[in-house]
Amino acid sequence: MEDIFQGYKGRALEVLKKYNVRVWGKAVVETSRGEFKGTVLPRAENDDDCHIVIKIDTGYNVGIDIFTITSMKEVGYYKATYKIPEKEFPFTPNLPKVKLLGTGGTIASRLDYRTGAVIPAFSPGELYGAVPELADICNLSTEKLFAVFSENMGPEQYKALAIAIGKEIENGIDGIIIGHGTDTLSHTAAALTFMVQNPPVPIVLVGSQRSSDRPSSDAALNLMHAALTAGHSDIAEVMVCMFGPTSDEYGFLHRGTRVRKMHSSYRSTFRTIGNTPLATVSRKDGVKPIVENYNHRRKDRKAKILPYFEEKVTIVYYYPNMQPDIIDSLVDNGYKGIIIAGTGLGHINKPLYPAIERATKKGVHIYMTVQTLWGYAHMYVYDTGRDLMAKGIIPAENMLPETAYIKLGWALGQTNDPAEVRRLMLTPINSEITEREPYNGYLIYQGGVPEVEDFIRKFRK
Amino acid sequence: MAKKTTTPKQFDPQKNYLATMKAIGYVRRSNATPEDYRRIGFKSGLEVHQQLKTQKKLFCRCPAGIFHENEDFHAEIIRHMRPTLSEMGEYDGTALMEFKTKKEVIYRINNKTTCTYEIDDTPPFPVNREALEIALEISLLCKMSIVGEVHITRKQYLDGSIPTGFQRTAILGVGGELQLKKKKINLIQLSIEEDACREISDIGHQRIYKTDRLGMPLIETVTHPECLTPDELREAGDYIRFLNRSTGKVRTGIGAARQDTNVSCEGGTRVEIKGVSHSKWLPELSHNECFRQWALLNIRKMLLERIANTASWALRHMEIDAYSHNLEHELAQKYTDNGYKLVAVALPAFHGILSHFTQPGMSFTNELSDRLKVIACVEKPNITSDEDLVNPLSEQDTVKLASLLKASADDAIVLIWGPKEDIPTALDVIDERCRMAFEGVPRETRRPLADGTTLFERVLPGADRMYPDTDSAPIPLEDSYIKKLSENLPVDIWQRFQQLANMRIPEDTHRFILRRNLVPIIEEISNMGFSARFVGTLLGHNLKCIEGHIPMHKDFSYRRIVEMFAFLSKQKLHQSLSKLMLPVIYQHPNMDFNSVLTSINFKKRTVDELTAPVDYLIEKFKEIRVTKDNNPNIVVNWVMGQLNRQAMGNTDLKELRKRIEERVNA
Repeated sequence: MEDIFQGYKGRALEVLKKYNVRVWGKAVVETSRGEFKGTVLPRAENDDDCHIVIKIDTGYNVGIDIFTITSMKEVGYYKATYKIPEKEFPFTPNLPKVKLLGTGGTIASRLDYRTGAVIPAFSPGELYGAVPELADICNLSTEKLFAVFSENMGPEQYKALAIAIGKEIENGIDGIIIGHGTDTLSHTAAALTFMVQNPPVPIVLVGSQRSSDRPSSDAALNLMHAALTAGHSDIAEVMVCMFGPTSDEYGFLHRGTRVRKMHSSYRSTFRTIGNTPLATVSRKDGVKPIVENYNHRRKDRKAKILPYFEEKVTIVYYYPNMQPDIIDSLVDNGYKGIIIAGTGLGHINKPLYPAIERATKKGVHIYMTVQTLWGYAHMYVYDTGRDLMAKGIIPAENMLPETAYIKLGWALGQTNDPAEVRRLMLTPINSEITEREPYNGYLIYQGGVPEVEDFIRKFRK
Repeated sequence: MAKKTTTPKQFDPQKNYLATMKAIGYVRRSNATPEDYRRIGFKSGLEVHQQLKTQKKLFCRCPAGIFHENEDFHAEIIRHMRPTLSEMGEYDGTALMEFKTKKEVIYRINNKTTCTYEIDDTPPFPVNREALEIALEISLLCKMSIVGEVHITRKQYLDGSIPTGFQRTAILGVGGELQLKKKKINLIQLSIEEDACREISDIGHQRIYKTDRLGMPLIETVTHPECLTPDELREAGDYIRFLNRSTGKVRTGIGAARQDTNVSCEGGTRVEIKGVSHSKWLPELSHNECFRQWALLNIRKMLLERIANTASWALRHMEIDAYSHNLEHELAQKYTDNGYKLVAVALPAFHGILSHFTQPGMSFTNELSDRLKVIACVEKPNITSDEDLVNPLSEQDTVKLASLLKASADDAIVLIWGPKEDIPTALDVIDERCRMAFEGVPRETRRPLADGTTLFERVLPGADRMYPDTDSAPIPLEDSYIKKLSENLPVDIWQRFQQLANMRIPEDTHRFILRRNLVPIIEEISNMGFSARFVGTLLGHNLKCIEGHIPMHKDFSYRRIVEMFAFLSKQKLHQSLSKLMLPVIYQHPNMDFNSVLTSINFKKRTVDELTAPVDYLIEKFKEIRVTKDNNPNIVVNWVMGQLNRQAMGNTDLKELRKRIEERVNA
């Protein structure tokens, strides 16, 4: 049966029932503060039970305090349907075939009355209705694999995605786009880099920082950039495609293993760490590579699909005075792999040593990364580092902690042999470890410096 | 052989303009009577925007009220806006129009006044409570039904004036009323909202804004369209403005209060004139808008008489080259040289419509030209025809184009031009606007000009552009809180008018006094024992005159006037001295009052000292007098004149005059 009091509970629900007024009913409400007229709207689940929300004629929503209500009358009914007009995606000969695999996230979303926030929504027709420019770029087909928020993505989804990508490649697709929430976009990108090796076509992960229900959303432009990349670029790698500057100008293509979300809300939040991005992409200039060496697009359909993941792997973010019981309890709970994000060059304090020793003896694989994010774990520089290596911790070079976590899960999904795990971990698949850190791989300019200010004023960062 | 075409010979657009102006019964505002407004069914309402005086902006912690020059910026951000669905699942008409224009919007941001919130790189912070409270006080003053829970809503604006593409706004009260002199005006609602960017320029496809004002708290008071003459509209505008200012918690100065007015005539449409900064401009603007609609209805009538089936009406057009088609019009040549595309358009049955009066100095051609600029982004001048009031096509050019387009004598021929990529939209715009003429008055918002006329700004948005703000939680308003606020409200404005009348303060000062919220100051001074009528007149006449001529010192506040009277009272000086002191303290508010007295050469004298030279002066007057008239008032006046200045502040001048009269008559 349809819920005619959508979201209302407790005392507010009693009031609606008492006066026989439904959600979407047009109501006249008399209160001790005066009269209100409008359409009763659903209420978000987490909001209180003391107010009823109505949309007044001018389009605004207001809440009415139920304790002030003296009478209420339903005088009409109009149920709104929130739907982007669907149009069939047109086929254009000579344009590349691109597949969009949906996972959820703000790239396509709509209003959710349950939580009052936005929820993912997805269909090719909807996308075409919202971003008709896509039809000039490629022939797009879509498949909705899951509808989850980015934070709910996990190993099951990584594996399913890898298999789905393998199938698309086999079927002759020219490029793949994965729509994804941004919070864990880089984790998925790393997972896919390891699970789909040597792909013949671009695999582009894309999201948006401002939901597509707002006019200034970055969703449409990101999607166009992703379609351009998937359909037309020569770079056949797993990439993240998101805004370069915060302005609507161009996007960056980041390698899936070296990219990280660096700001909680900026559009230009994704940055390549320890290297330059792969390329820029814009509607005007298409894809322009920045790096010289990358995996080129091929005609063959050969890609290695390795959908494995061990879930008992974790990241430990070190802090001063961390107690050994943190490590002990992980071991006791059956964790098979631990990535430590250590301080400086890859350090933790002495009281943890016995716990580390106990863990490695029990066969737990421990790798060291750096919480500075930029730079390598150099464990030979100080005694601490040497001690730690002696106790079985393996430095993971300049692998990002999150990438190392994903890679260890992936490696342990295939083998438990320490030497084999070590080989898998330290043999880069696509730049998760780089031999060299170029000088322009670390550029965090600080505001206030005249030349920086000058640059910002001129170049619309 | 092509069908022989005829062209109107020696068509005089000016003559047609004047004839159509007369035909619709246009009268100048100064000659208009209430009967004229009844005849055309004048109806108008207001949306009054008022900035609130808060330290910080509404949804972030940036300072409010600091403004920058156009070139004073630290970074530029580019955005493009796309239409999205409203909560009710509809696209808004304006949104689609704005999308058609494909504008690149550039924001100039200055770190002093802008953070990541304004440029939409951070979600909103909790609403500014100080602002909310001021807005609630004003809602209560308007006798509104206060909501139980404030819901922040997004109102779409795709013109780029807000980087998010929407304005965060919330209703605080609905209903309510204003008591004007002769009638009541009902209110629709009051909302609190964030102010928009200030536009720097809008040329072609690029619009530039600065973000200093963006996000400042603002309230919007909306009335029902119940003003039936332009004067009532102004009275309502003033009333709301005075009411807002009576709280003492709103901003004043340029741009701090702006009004939108919606106007319609009988059979017309609600058209909104946006951003009128002075209520004194409202009458002229609303008057002209009402007659513009009246003119458009006449155009509709004429067209429907000429065209049997408007659905099958279609324009014809062809690309033109000024040289190969040998056009002599200078703009045709100029824009061909510029590499623009020129298109000649035949508008069947529109002959005589293009020069039909719409507003003083404007004709139906302006309706097309404005839209070409706004929607197709083609800068003006962007159109001409043989009916152009300013720079018409020659008869020869018109004949040539009419022949090319196979146009008949009933058709209008226009020539438009623009960058190649904008021409398809330009043709759509012409087609769309001509078709709208069959319906009457298009729903739109218009921009006011100084001469009282208006320009097309954009299609009037509707309720379809509202969307709940998913980034903000609702804010409950407890009964106890509302009750507390209602106990501390300032006096109603209609009561203020009555107070002023009771104090016998001249009526011509009321507007000045209420606009500046000076009644509390008058009350305070009169409580010291001074005459309220005197103080009111001092403010409404002397202060008004000073404000009109001298820029106010930044440290001057009306409190200083209260302090001046306290000083006079303490020194037992007469109130009349305030007239001499006022200009000094206005320009030198930090000067101590004794120095002020020195600067006006004031010396303390007793009445006896003042009157000591009276006999001498009477004798002196006898020596120098030229008139033969023996009226004693003449000598009294002259002696008064000699003593006036020294007496000011030392005694009541009436008292002094009495003494002089006694001596003269002695």
